[in-house]
Amino acid sequence: MTTVAWDVAALRAEFPILGTTSRGKPLVYLDNGATTQKPRVVIDAITHFYASGNANIHRGVYQLSEQATLAWDAARHTVAQFLGGVPDEEIVFVRGTTEAVNLVAQSFVRPTLRAGDRVLVTTMEHHANIVPWQLVGATTVPIPITPEGELDLTAAERLLATRPRLLAVVHVSNALGSINPIAELCRMAQAFGVPVLVDGAQAVSHFPVDVRALGCDFYCFSGHKLFGPTGIGVLWAKREHLERMPPAQGGGDMIDQVTFAQTTFAPAPQKFEAGTPHIAGAVGLAAAIDWLESQDREALHAHEAALLAAGTTALQAVPGLRLVGTAAAKVGILTFTMDGIHPHDIASLLDGEGVCIRAGHHCTQPLHQYLGVAATARASLAPYNTLAEIETLTAALESARRIFG
Amino acid sequence: MATLSELYQGVIIEHDRSPRNFRTLAAPTHHAEGRNPLCGDEVSLELEVNSAGQITDIAFQGRGCAVSKASASLLTTAVRGKTVAEARELFDGFHGLLTGAPVPGARLGKLEVFAGLAAYPMRVKCATLPWHAMRQALDEKK
Repeated sequence: MTTVAWDVAALRAEFPILGTTSRGKPLVYLDNGATTQKPRVVIDAITHFYASGNANIHRGVYQLSEQATLAWDAARHTVAQFLGGVPDEEIVFVRGTTEAVNLVAQSFVRPTLRAGDRVLVTTMEHHANIVPWQLVGATTVPIPITPEGELDLTAAERLLATRPRLLAVVHVSNALGSINPIAELCRMAQAFGVPVLVDGAQAVSHFPVDVRALGCDFYCFSGHKLFGPTGIGVLWAKREHLERMPPAQGGGDMIDQVTFAQTTFAPAPQKFEAGTPHIAGAVGLAAAIDWLESQDREALHAHEAALLAAGTTALQAVPGLRLVGTAAAKVGILTFTMDGIHPHDIASLLDGEGVCIRAGHHCTQPLHQYLGVAATARASLAPYNTLAEIETLTAALESARRIFG
Repeated sequence: MATLSELYQGVIIEHDRSPRNFRTLAAPTHHAEGRNPLCGDEVSLELEVNSAGQITDIAFQGRGCAVSKASASLLTTAVRGKTVAEARELFDGFHGLLTGAPVPGARLGKLEVFAGLAAYPMRVKCATLPWHAMRQALDEKK
């Protein structure tokens, strides 16, 4: 491997929070699957918007409102380019991945739902890609996975042949780290005329995504897992779907003409964006995307892969520790159990060392039922993590094991 | 203030390894299940209360973290032989200790070791789970 002129210390310096302490120890932030930290440019973009650019969008004729509207539209364009250069009109701003999935459930599935309709999901699905389908009355049917955490593609094809209403699948598993073969699944689904929704919440921060190359119908992600702010997210959908989908919420900004007798709606995406949106959030998300695109993404990827390899080796050497999720294609997520220590106790003892990990079911209870465990511990990596932090994690796990003897 | 690591090494590990009254009762008069949906912890508590309102026996079963298990174990030793009214007082005292609102004059004895947990609000629910189950059991039956 050649040495890259890439410096993790310089990257870390861009994130103010990484220089702070937790429980009196240097912060070791390994909960990036839950939310990523924010670089200074994102924090500054949000501050700058409120300090000098804040006005409501669309209806103001004064300069400040005009500028805010331009910033909002520009953010939509940034997102559209980020997903592979789709039309801006195919980008709907929502609060996050969860709201995006719910919008598709309410506006795409519900209006034409018939008794017994099924939505095909996977065993590794997040609750946010299970419950919204159940809420509109569909039955969720899982594509099984292997013990390593890979999708059973033979079973997927067999289940797609039964023509479910939709395939709703996670791009990268938040609990296992597995990268699912979305393009292949989309090809299979297309052969049976089944539309595909992809939950990209854990994917977009790790590698570039081109939604048209994937061949899916819907793609969603959240800003806060992409170095951006909370409360802003994205639903991309093919124009033909957006045009046919009725709005799920009514209010200002989403209408064409309103009378007491009847209302006609604005075209997509506005008809899905009722009320004053999270303008500063969109500005912050655009700043996060610009920041990520300005990085040497191959270097980031190589660094994360090195961290994952080192972490996998180090954790496997901890006696009694069992890694969960060992797919051939995975991102920097290390999920594990330890003999005789409950994941919450592991997380608490690590917290005492300033190490932030997550413990629990990670909003994937059906997956944990399949794994036969109530909870797991998870360290999830970002490019600003270091090999030294992996060593701190490993030492803290060794110490926890000693405490529990 | 004890660090969490010291807290674990002091009493939690000991009760996690050898929980007291970790069994079922032949003829419980009161019973309740406690569940924490956030972490999947489950505790089942059984009590035997005589006609004089005295807790003559108590036992627990369940699965969960060391904090919840140790707390359940200590709970059983603390309320065994007490009256229902005294057990309710202990609940108030223990709950106050962990939520930063100590009850003046509360005599908690060994339960005081959990005081350090008040600094870790995310773990307080683990320790109070069996106590809430006990109160529910006492509220629901007879």
